[in-house]
Amino acid sequence: MNSTFMGYRRENGRVGVRNHVIILPLDDLSNSACQAVANNVAGTLAIVHPYGRLQFGEDLELHFRTLIGAGSNPNVAAAIVIGIEKEWTNKIVEGIAKTGKPVFGFGIEQHGDINTIAMASRKAKELVQWASQIQRVECPVNELWVSCKCGESDTTSGIASCPTVGNAFDKLWKNGNTLLFGETTELTGGEHLVAARCKNEEVRKQFQAFFDRYAEIVDKHKTSDLSESQPTKGNIEGGLTTIEEKALGNIQKIGKECIVEGCLEKAYAPTGPGLWFMDSSSAAAEMITLAAAAGFVVHFFPTGQGNIIGNPIVPVIKLSANPRTVRTMEEHIDVDVSGLLRREMNLDQAGDLLLEMMEKTVNGRLTSAEVLKHQEFVMTRLYESA
Amino acid sequence: MSIDFLVHEAGDGIGVVAVEGIKAGQELTGWIMQEDQTITIKVLNDIPIGHKIALKNFAVGDTVIKYGTDIGKVVAPIKKGEHLHVHNVKTKRW
Repeated sequence: MNSTFMGYRRENGRVGVRNHVIILPLDDLSNSACQAVANNVAGTLAIVHPYGRLQFGEDLELHFRTLIGAGSNPNVAAAIVIGIEKEWTNKIVEGIAKTGKPVFGFGIEQHGDINTIAMASRKAKELVQWASQIQRVECPVNELWVSCKCGESDTTSGIASCPTVGNAFDKLWKNGNTLLFGETTELTGGEHLVAARCKNEEVRKQFQAFFDRYAEIVDKHKTSDLSESQPTKGNIEGGLTTIEEKALGNIQKIGKECIVEGCLEKAYAPTGPGLWFMDSSSAAAEMITLAAAAGFVVHFFPTGQGNIIGNPIVPVIKLSANPRTVRTMEEHIDVDVSGLLRREMNLDQAGDLLLEMMEKTVNGRLTSAEVLKHQEFVMTRLYESA
Repeated sequence: MSIDFLVHEAGDGIGVVAVEGIKAGQELTGWIMQEDQTITIKVLNDIPIGHKIALKNFAVGDTVIKYGTDIGKVVAPIKKGEHLHVHNVKTKRW
């Protein structure tokens, strides 16, 4: 692995690997205007989502934190925020502005969609032309924040593709990178193994508290043993039998040496390098969206049966060890590690293969998910709207 | 020698089929990854890629071990060489 790559150095010192100008809706009502602006102005990206009305308390705070975090992500050069009304729109604008990057807000009330779209489009044009002049500069690889989450797992995930991420994570951890894993419920059956990897008793207690909280939610809402949803139908088709088996495969992603530095609430940024645990849903789009909001700039996604996810802000690098998936869904897979199952490569070689693809990706190579326009931006909700 | 199934570690009671098209009656070769050993077993069912084969007999109530760790309980008897999945093993959680 080279010690440097060509990235975008942002105003706040963080390093990005993409140079997006995003059009961010505050709420569901503003998606239409955002899409119209993105349609008018080449080089912009509308980040549509279905929420933002009548949320309250912690759920509302998470909504704001996710939007501000997404706009603040170093892969974003500049942002336009459109909301139905000015006040909450400005909250997002002010949050993103703390990074020092250009950000402008537009409220639809008293203007209507058409005038708002016209004003926002003019501003978006300026921002795109400004951003298009930003040059990539040499940056240390250890400034990369790398997250992981697997999906449509099967037994090959636990045998090969998750351990490949683990091997790469061990190498990045020694290199001083900032790393993230989550998926609280999908640690069920292996939670003791994660607890044993925590840095100290304080971190272990935090982790256990997050885990127990999620277990209580499952207990409260379940109508069965969850054997219809965890493992998923796709997991079961792929040969995974129980949540315990799935979790033990999942945990391979944190390697053998990484120590858990600390635990994070949803969409909070880590405060230093090392491996961090974020309390999160195990649904792929929710978890990657939270990672993007926390400031992670590139993502490793091992899949067994073939999850096709992407993210508008963060390049998602997919790897699979299932030879059938690599053959039948070839266009979605960036790194083929099926050789591990045939003993044609070892884990160290597979880890290096993934890191090579990471280097190409952070230097500008588009991932399969980016080329296929997978832009799943899914906000986590904590409870019902008022 | 080509590998038909993989076993994480020697104490595990199950292997994972790593190739497509395994049919009942075939003599299979497995690789125990941690100890780097090979074993052979006769498979009693057709087993799809990614699915598990029992490496020993299991009775109802037995614990199934994979990665050296408990992954669930047996709910229907399983013979050595049979397909082990949701029809004969369930979670102990939730």
